Amino acid sequence: MYPRQFDYVAPSSLDEALAALDANPGAKVLAGGMSLLPMMKMRLLSPDMVVDIGRIGGLGDITDNGDSISIGALVTHSEVAASGLVQDHGAALATAASWTGDRQVRNRGTCCGSMVHADVAADQPVAALALGATMVAASSGGTREIAAADFFVDTLMSALEPGEILTEMRIPKVGAGTGSAYDKLGRRGGHTDYAVAGVAASVTRSNGSVSAATVAVTGVGSRPVLAAGVADALVGSDGSDAAVEAAAAHATAGIDVLEDLYGSVAYKTHLAQVFTARAVKAALAAAG
Amino acid sequence: MSSTSVLGGVVRRREDPALIQGGGRYTDDVKLAGTAHVAFVRSPFAHADVLSVDTSAAEAMDGVLAVYTAADVEHLGSLVAQVPVGALRPLLNNGTVKHVGEAVAMVVAEDPYVARDAADAVDVDYDALAAVVDLKHSLSDEMLVHEDMESNTLISWTGPFGADADALAAVKAGIDEQKSRDDVVVVSQEMINQRLIPVPIEPRSVMADYQVGYGRFDVYSSTQIPSALAGAIGKYFGMALNQVTVKAMEVGGGFGCKLNVYNDEVLVAFASKQLGCPVKWTETRREAANSTIQGRGWIATATMTGTTDGEILGFELDGIADMGAYSQNFTVAIPFLGVFVGSGQYSFPTHWKMDCVTTHTMTTDAYRGAGRPEAAYYLERVLDMYARKIGVDPAEVRRKNYISASEFPGAVSPMGFPMDTGDYETNLDAALESAGWSGLLAERDAARAEGRHVGVGIATYVEVCGFGPSGLVDLGFSWAEYQMPSAFNGSSLVRVHPDGSATVSIGTGPSGQGHQTTWAQIVGDGLGMDVDRIRVIHGDTEEAPPSIGTFGSRSAAVDGSACYEATQKVQAKAARIAAHLLEASEDDIEFADGGAHVAGTDSSVGWDEIAKAAYQPHVLPEGMEGGLEAHAIFSPGNATWPFGTHIAMVEVDADTGDVRLLRYIGMDDCGNVISPMIVDGQIHGGIAQGVGQAMFEDAVYDMDGNLLSASLVDYILPTAVDLPSFELGRTVTPTDINPLGVKGIGEAGTIGAAQTVVNAVVDALESLGVTHIDMPLRPQRVWQAIQDAQA
Repeated sequence: MYPRQFDYVAPSSLDEALAALDANPGAKVLAGGMSLLPMMKMRLLSPDMVVDIGRIGGLGDITDNGDSISIGALVTHSEVAASGLVQDHGAALATAASWTGDRQVRNRGTCCGSMVHADVAADQPVAALALGATMVAASSGGTREIAAADFFVDTLMSALEPGEILTEMRIPKVGAGTGSAYDKLGRRGGHTDYAVAGVAASVTRSNGSVSAATVAVTGVGSRPVLAAGVADALVGSDGSDAAVEAAAAHATAGIDVLEDLYGSVAYKTHLAQVFTARAVKAALAAAG
Repeated sequence: MSSTSVLGGVVRRREDPALIQGGGRYTDDVKLAGTAHVAFVRSPFAHADVLSVDTSAAEAMDGVLAVYTAADVEHLGSLVAQVPVGALRPLLNNGTVKHVGEAVAMVVAEDPYVARDAADAVDVDYDALAAVVDLKHSLSDEMLVHEDMESNTLISWTGPFGADADALAAVKAGIDEQKSRDDVVVVSQEMINQRLIPVPIEPRSVMADYQVGYGRFDVYSSTQIPSALAGAIGKYFGMALNQVTVKAMEVGGGFGCKLNVYNDEVLVAFASKQLGCPVKWTETRREAANSTIQGRGWIATATMTGTTDGEILGFELDGIADMGAYSQNFTVAIPFLGVFVGSGQYSFPTHWKMDCVTTHTMTTDAYRGAGRPEAAYYLERVLDMYARKIGVDPAEVRRKNYISASEFPGAVSPMGFPMDTGDYETNLDAALESAGWSGLLAERDAARAEGRHVGVGIATYVEVCGFGPSGLVDLGFSWAEYQMPSAFNGSSLVRVHPDGSATVSIGTGPSGQGHQTTWAQIVGDGLGMDVDRIRVIHGDTEEAPPSIGTFGSRSAAVDGSACYEATQKVQAKAARIAAHLLEASEDDIEFADGGAHVAGTDSSVGWDEIAKAAYQPHVLPEGMEGGLEAHAIFSPGNATWPFGTHIAMVEVDADTGDVRLLRYIGMDDCGNVISPMIVDGQIHGGIAQGVGQAMFEDAVYDMDGNLLSASLVDYILPTAVDLPSFELGRTVTPTDINPLGVKGIGEAGTIGAAQTVVNAVVDALESLGVTHIDMPLRPQRVWQAIQDAQA
């Protein structure tokens, strides 16, 4: 487990970090390092330079913007899981963060890092999708906002361009009548380890019916992806168990389900439906 | 044992503070000036002709000291094996490689990063060939793993032990004859006991320091068998044993995978001798998966024949065991260990046959339990299926077929082995009572009434360990290749120093078994000395008398007995000294509280005074030699046969196949217990590893021989999160073959656990029609079994 040689810089400002990225197109950004370092040690990734953003101030907070919550680039999974703000407005994300990795990984790894890494079986990207999160990317040319729905491009590939750093993720605050939830089967069973299949759901109830729904599935395809068919079937329904289960049948509609060591196509398709039903029911219960 | 015996009392493991606070010293912690580092070039193919090996780019890199290929080391010969049936491993292979991860070349560089870069720069041209991976394919001999061998089948082990072909056929005919009876049912199932990767927390590591000026070696290695490694190094390099010192520092787990002399150990020593500097290599996790021995890997059909009221008339096992590409230390002997326990605790006729075949995969060898978990798995799974079929309580079916306690001493198993002591029914009753068996079944039934899939499983086991007698060497189990005349003796040296402190040197090679505590307890008990005054030295061939190391649950029963006997010798001499100093009769001397006491008086003398006298010959009794130390070699008359009963309760989420282990009850019997906390710890770890096989672990090879689960991302180990608090108890049936009355306990938990969990899961899914699921019971496999049963 010996990485190839690389240069290391730890700038104290975002501008310096962005300049380092501009000057070294092969550079990678290090935040918690829970994904980057193992890949480097296995020589799956051999960047010329690692730009450690851990000493940059102002990236480590969860802040209330009034209509949204910002999660900074250095906020750890543990901090997301424990945040009252996140629990209140994005329970799916808090749950997903609490089930990410193990305790050491959660204390070191970052939420934004998990987004950028874009693992096909990660927990938090689908929560970001279901919650309608916005990714804020900084570059030396300024900042741009990317909707979560546009962010997860392919296996281990986000929409972030070379030279960009994901400085924060924003999730919209929600009012009464909206709830979210995440449920999954982990590779070692229960909620532990990467998702064999996992589903995040956010729903809004008004006047006795489901007025809005967003559902996203992880672990089954080449990327975390919205299950639009489920949302379409839910909206306008009464949110009964029967309605939820009928909607869940669309969990992998339009998704190219891929087999791996942990599940066949049939099994993953089935699990996506099971956890869609479970997550949507939990979200509806939270919505009140 | 004295009246103030510390044996059997709860003593905390005194090695733990150093180990858990980072103060322990492991092989990779050894730093010597000028050390060079090794990286290996390994085959990415399971079977390929090596067309060329170009080392020029690597050799040209800054910091590279040497690149060795097969031609450089061919004169040393192949890797030694104690049971050399099958192909032996080349130290480096530039001919036809036989498994992914086989070593092709070795790079030595000034630091490990450069070594790795240079290994990547070695250009090897391979011509890939088709691989033999599937066991039935191998058995067919359609394609040979080694083109120069006549068959892929290396050996077939049969039971009863010692029965010739006619006798085996008679056993088989006797069982077959019963099958046509009206009141007889026959249950048969093919089952896989999957391959496992041992995964100690500390990977293997070796450092060789050839001292040019003295012509001798210091070798540091993360090994369970330091004396054997010293013997092998001596043999490879033509050096006397007194010129090779092996030190096993702290060893962070072994489980049998460090019970081999490896080619990398020989190669690192070779490089150190060539280059005249210390050379170190520590394996990576991927190397540990691909190039350190694996365990298990059986496919077999188990058949149980018995009456409809639970009298078993015969058990048959017929299967294939995977040896991998090369035979290493024990390889083909591992399934033979299954023969010993092939009929378990039972008295019914047993016919047993396992064909050992070679494949284009990493070698298999001893992994915790080594042949015995596999044998117990098949027996206890099919026994459970039989009990289910006839509708009789599985505990009662077992009870009905036990070898009775009244047959001991003198019991001989249906497999033909004399067993030391046993009382299986008492143990079963204790387990059932501890679990609250009838309440447990009622709880299960209540949960089922709510629509939950809850199951209860039970399994019993008998283990064989602490092998002896010494005469087994005549059966071919010598360790001559390691210059060990016998692998069946224990050895110990106890010395009291002039200040009254003591050192016990012992030839074991522990990897977490708590020997620092246990040996100090044995010596402390015999000498009435506080354990804090006793230093334990193990894993060091210069300090300790030769012994074979730590494996096969042998240390306490064999070396522990040697430790006891050496202590007795020291005690006897010390008693004479004390009697002389106190002007009392030697017969009245008792040792306790840090010294010797005259029974029934307040007359006493401390160890400081006894020791001082021992080193002042003029104050000793007339004719007594000075000094106070003794050596003992213990050779057991038989192996020990521990046993136990395990019970598990599980719940299955039938929608996902997710299994949750709710309760685990272990009732084990290892005879007398020296240290209850250490015994419980061994059972804890053993159960965790058995549960790991049942639920998580799987060394998955594809048909091209690639190991798909070569990292800890994909090789799933059990963790504390996955396990309930185990509920442990014990019965005590001392052995009569050693003075301590102790049997081994290191492997027992592993031998009992896997089938207990599988039995419970199958019980949980009974109403869905599931009768068997192959391990590991990961969610997908459980869900698929439900789908198949429902189809």
